[in-house]
Amino acid sequence: MLEVKNLKAYIDTPAGIVKAVDDVSFSLKAGETIGIVGESGSGKSVLALSLMQLNPSPPTFYPQGEILLEGKNLLHLKEKELRNLRGNDIAMIFQDPMSSLNPIFKIGTQLMEAIRTHQNINRAEAKKKAIELLKDVGISDPERRMNDYPHQLSGGMRQRVMIAIALAGKPKILIADEPTTALDVTIQAQILDLMKDIQKKYGTAIIIITHDLGVVAQLADKIVVMYSGRIVEEGKTEDIFYHTAMPYTWSLLRSMPRIDTSSRERLIPIQGQPPNLVSPPKGCNFNPRCPFATADCLKIDPSLTERGAGHYAACILSEKTFEEGKLQLENFETKGVPL
Amino acid sequence: MSQELLRIQDLEMHFPIKEGVLQKTTGYVKAVNGVSLSVNKGETLGIVGESGCGKSTLAKTILGLLKPTSGDIFYEGESILNYNAKQMHELRRNIQMVFQDPFSSLNPRMQVGDIIAAPLKVYKTTKNVKHRVQELMELVGLKPEYYHRLPHEFSGGQRQRIGIARAIALEPKLIVCDEPVSALDVSVQAQVINLLEDLQKELGLTYIFIAHDLSVIKHMADRVGVMYLGKVMELSNNESFYQNAQHPYTNALLSAIPLPDPVKEKERERIVLKGDLPSPANPPSGCVFHTRCPRAQDYCKKNVPLLETKEDGTAHTVACFFPIEHAEQIQK
Repeated sequence: MLEVKNLKAYIDTPAGIVKAVDDVSFSLKAGETIGIVGESGSGKSVLALSLMQLNPSPPTFYPQGEILLEGKNLLHLKEKELRNLRGNDIAMIFQDPMSSLNPIFKIGTQLMEAIRTHQNINRAEAKKKAIELLKDVGISDPERRMNDYPHQLSGGMRQRVMIAIALAGKPKILIADEPTTALDVTIQAQILDLMKDIQKKYGTAIIIITHDLGVVAQLADKIVVMYSGRIVEEGKTEDIFYHTAMPYTWSLLRSMPRIDTSSRERLIPIQGQPPNLVSPPKGCNFNPRCPFATADCLKIDPSLTERGAGHYAACILSEKTFEEGKLQLENFETKGVPL
Repeated sequence: MSQELLRIQDLEMHFPIKEGVLQKTTGYVKAVNGVSLSVNKGETLGIVGESGCGKSTLAKTILGLLKPTSGDIFYEGESILNYNAKQMHELRRNIQMVFQDPFSSLNPRMQVGDIIAAPLKVYKTTKNVKHRVQELMELVGLKPEYYHRLPHEFSGGQRQRIGIARAIALEPKLIVCDEPVSALDVSVQAQVINLLEDLQKELGLTYIFIAHDLSVIKHMADRVGVMYLGKVMELSNNESFYQNAQHPYTNALLSAIPLPDPVKEKERERIVLKGDLPSPANPPSGCVFHTRCPRAQDYCKKNVPLLETKEDGTAHTVACFFPIEHAEQIQK
């Protein structure tokens, strides 16, 4: 349904051109959930905003690539056509539910506005629809809640309202940019459950952007791992977690504090800092932090290669070298066997 | 038995709600509502809870930044609440803090060297300030050449290192860490957690580590306390806490954390709590958790459970009338 082909989104800054999204391709089928994972600055939000064509332009520009939604290239649409597409075909929810709702309007008004933008109906019908949507997203006593202002709602409730607004145009694709990062774990669990229910009920395809590998493990069918503007690994959720093929994904999984390991186990961080996107390192972007980097990694910029059915990774190391390297590193860490 | 460094007794911190032209007090936000805890020398006490449970207010009262409504705080056996300014000055040398936001907790106009040197200058502990600062920078993994740089030139993780260097500058005994890693990316978060642990070993520090993330606490803390609406619901050593959580709230918190493992994630039974956190201005009667508790009975609405040691005499304490029994957990 949605196909992104060799997309580049660059940002022109005084310091130089930032390659925020650099040659990214992926596709999304109807009803599917795809998780885009990466640390801050990996380009995941810029990618999401490009899908909606919401990046301020300038400074953002798209030197290359296509975003095809059912055959239409979004990069060539006029603003008027885009307005028609946003909300109807693709809708988005954001990280911070406080700043994405207008504080001076009642949530009912905001919701009805969204409905009437997309459907040609009168106020009374819109109100009926709004109440129904609020009920769908699990807000109790929706008639009364229609008259509340955003500040009267808790963070979790606001995120529910945002989801209701996003659903107003019955979109085919819902993009959720860190939808639960600002919420407490118990509320996060509620919102993730809600997103699953909505998908079942409406058959919406979901793109969830997050830095939390736990969230995608729960929700996603397919995962795209981004690092410094590039896709470094892509595949079915199981493949990413159990047949990790890229040292970055592997290191990221290892560095996560988890509750299903033994107590007080020492964490294994990834050394160093994410690269500067104005002047990325030569060769593979991950080589300064990679425990397995070889001399070739400093020269060769790896592209995605197939590692299994639908499983791609960008790393020049052979599977054998990677496995041996992991074993050596683990032996060094646990038993002190020198590398 | 290790030595007790800090003891908090029945601490309450209520903030008045003022309304109208005359600013009449119409109620109180009970941010901390009867907390008793103790911290031993050299250990890490982890405190977890959702936003609004009073964990940061607790930190501020320990540092003497807020004057509690009632209760007492003892540092090395001495009550610190009635300390005069001079005594407080001495005390702050021993209790330091690391803040959550590495962006707003550093003065953007000051050079890193001066930021770290500030406590040294206030307490005049050393003549060769620059040398000590460079020593500290090395200790926390920053290059001493960065002495003259400004905070904006550093990444989040590096800034948190600056904040840590400032906190350990006076060789304090106790450091209160209020969500020190929650603003950082996972890969960098692990670096900072390991740094804190190394410093603890090297310098014999005691930590009160406040976080909302139970998995971070699992890797850091010797003992863990869970707070909900200003009260401690469960307190235990690390192993017992994660293997044998007894409070329904703790259990729900643990089950709400998504595991980075799709198979385990699908097999696992999840307890999703209904509703939101009640307002601390108007907490529920009886057990404060009864409105969201899957095990609540009528009894819980009227009676307040106390944090009691169970009969088997372990250090695992829980404030619940119907705690989850061990046998039940094994069955599950």
